[in-house]
Amino acid sequence: MTAPLVIFFVLAAVAVFGAISLIVQKHPIHSALSLILVMVALAGLYLLMGAEFVAAVQIIVYGGAIMVLFIFVIMLLNAGEEERTNLSKLAMYAGVPLAVAMTGLIAAAIVGSNTAMPARAPETLTSTRQLSTLLFQEFVYPFELTSFLILVAILGAIVLAQREN
Amino acid sequence: MNEFLTHYAFLIIPIVKIAILVFIVLTVDAYLTWIERKVIAHIQARWGPHRVGPHGLLQPLADGVKFIFKEDPLPANVDKVAYFLAPFITLMLALTSLSVIPFGPQHFTVFGYETGISIAEVNISLLVLFAITALSVYGVALAGWASNSKYSLLGGLRSSAQMVSYELALTLSVVGVLLIAGDFSLRTIVVQQGVKGNGLLSWNIFPQIIGFICFFIAAIAETNRVPFDLPEAESELVAGFHTEYASMKFAMFFIAEYTSMITVSCLATILFFGGWLSPFPASWTFTQYLPSVLLIPFGLWVIFDGIRYENMFGRMVLPVVGAVMAAIGFGLIVFPVVNDAIQGIFWFLAKVFTFLFVYIWMRGTLPRFRYDQLMSFGWKFLLPVSIANVVLTSVVILWRMH
Repeated sequence: MTAPLVIFFVLAAVAVFGAISLIVQKHPIHSALSLILVMVALAGLYLLMGAEFVAAVQIIVYGGAIMVLFIFVIMLLNAGEEERTNLSKLAMYAGVPLAVAMTGLIAAAIVGSNTAMPARAPETLTSTRQLSTLLFQEFVYPFELTSFLILVAILGAIVLAQREN
Repeated sequence: MNEFLTHYAFLIIPIVKIAILVFIVLTVDAYLTWIERKVIAHIQARWGPHRVGPHGLLQPLADGVKFIFKEDPLPANVDKVAYFLAPFITLMLALTSLSVIPFGPQHFTVFGYETGISIAEVNISLLVLFAITALSVYGVALAGWASNSKYSLLGGLRSSAQMVSYELALTLSVVGVLLIAGDFSLRTIVVQQGVKGNGLLSWNIFPQIIGFICFFIAAIAETNRVPFDLPEAESELVAGFHTEYASMKFAMFFIAEYTSMITVSCLATILFFGGWLSPFPASWTFTQYLPSVLLIPFGLWVIFDGIRYENMFGRMVLPVVGAVMAAIGFGLIVFPVVNDAIQGIFWFLAKVFTFLFVYIWMRGTLPRFRYDQLMSFGWKFLLPVSIANVVLTSVVILWRMH
């Protein structure tokens, strides 16, 4: 096996382990930590594909900013271990077969497809300079509209928070 | 054997470099505590550490031994996983962030493997640093939460809020430098500052003075140092997030704090003060004797101070240390090849230690912020100023292009 392949399998195993641990863990903080593990492993996978900027942004935005907010809220609310009710048992019995079926469906689709998927990102997307050229010249209107949408969401959140006082 | 080395050079050389760097950094961390205690003591008209070894020079060693042999009690009802994980995360991220910093200009080839004076040459090294900074909040937050103590929890919460707030200003204050350099690579940023060849004047500090001030303030807040050391405000919170930690785990938090001080100083040096470049114009060739000019008188002074030191041990050790320093100084004059090779590292280290001194100087001088002052300063002053700096820099660059 070549070195990139070994690294791929290690990172993939870490990501899957983190994702399973996220669901299995009973304490919200442990779940959040598992999610961070998934994010970091995914960033490693992006790096392996040569998408260095996306990898760094993955860690900065998802691993850093968003998950810090999660942990912060869990710590502030002092959330304890989750309780298991009859409904959650029902969800488990229905959910596990559904998850297996879903995984089987995706695996079947990948195995059955004839087109070879490129493992690397297209060369035009790899370097940060090319990415920013695409983002700020070709797709500048969708990009600006998206940021406008996020701004509206932030304003909405502030309005909702203010109304309670 | 040689074939094996050539084949696995890509693996062996980084591991050796990591071992050397970790050894150097941990030693510097230990002696940084000594320098800090000495400088603050002299600011407050005291002597500082003076008992262990001449001038207290063996104090870091004694502290290290003490940390290893202390009892490490586990507080009741802690969350064990997070409690053990927190110091490891903190130290690991602090040491990792040093791996992308280039310490000198040289490139050399060992066993057919080209390498430089840094662990990894990444073309997005600045982004990697910010990614690691973004993750380092977890160590503090988890330590505070897992300790099952209200002081730790409050300290951890304060600290994570502070780090999240000042991270924005930290990242935005660097954008001006990125706009000038047009690259994320720290090596490129340094090389570009030396293109004009007129030394000090072509460093990024002059076009980016606002950016530098924002960067330095935000960086002090990120490293939780005075005047932003609210997370460990001892009069209110005992010791903040690491109240419940003892022995080596406590030492790990401290090593991480001093390591991130070093990282931040390296980053300030690289981004704004020309990294390993000399502050003098390239035509002033006589300035390359500066390391010798500093080392020889200092070595002679150490000898002079040593022979009249108060105890026998000092009278034996200090003259030897001074003689070695003076000999290195003479050696640099005798062997110009070596002198040329160390110029870059000499200037880099000189700048980094200046920043570390400023850190310590501030700790001896400034009072601590109040919590609301900290937040309003970060969000209402530092962040808008950094954004204004980005806009201003972009406008000037565009104006010059046309």
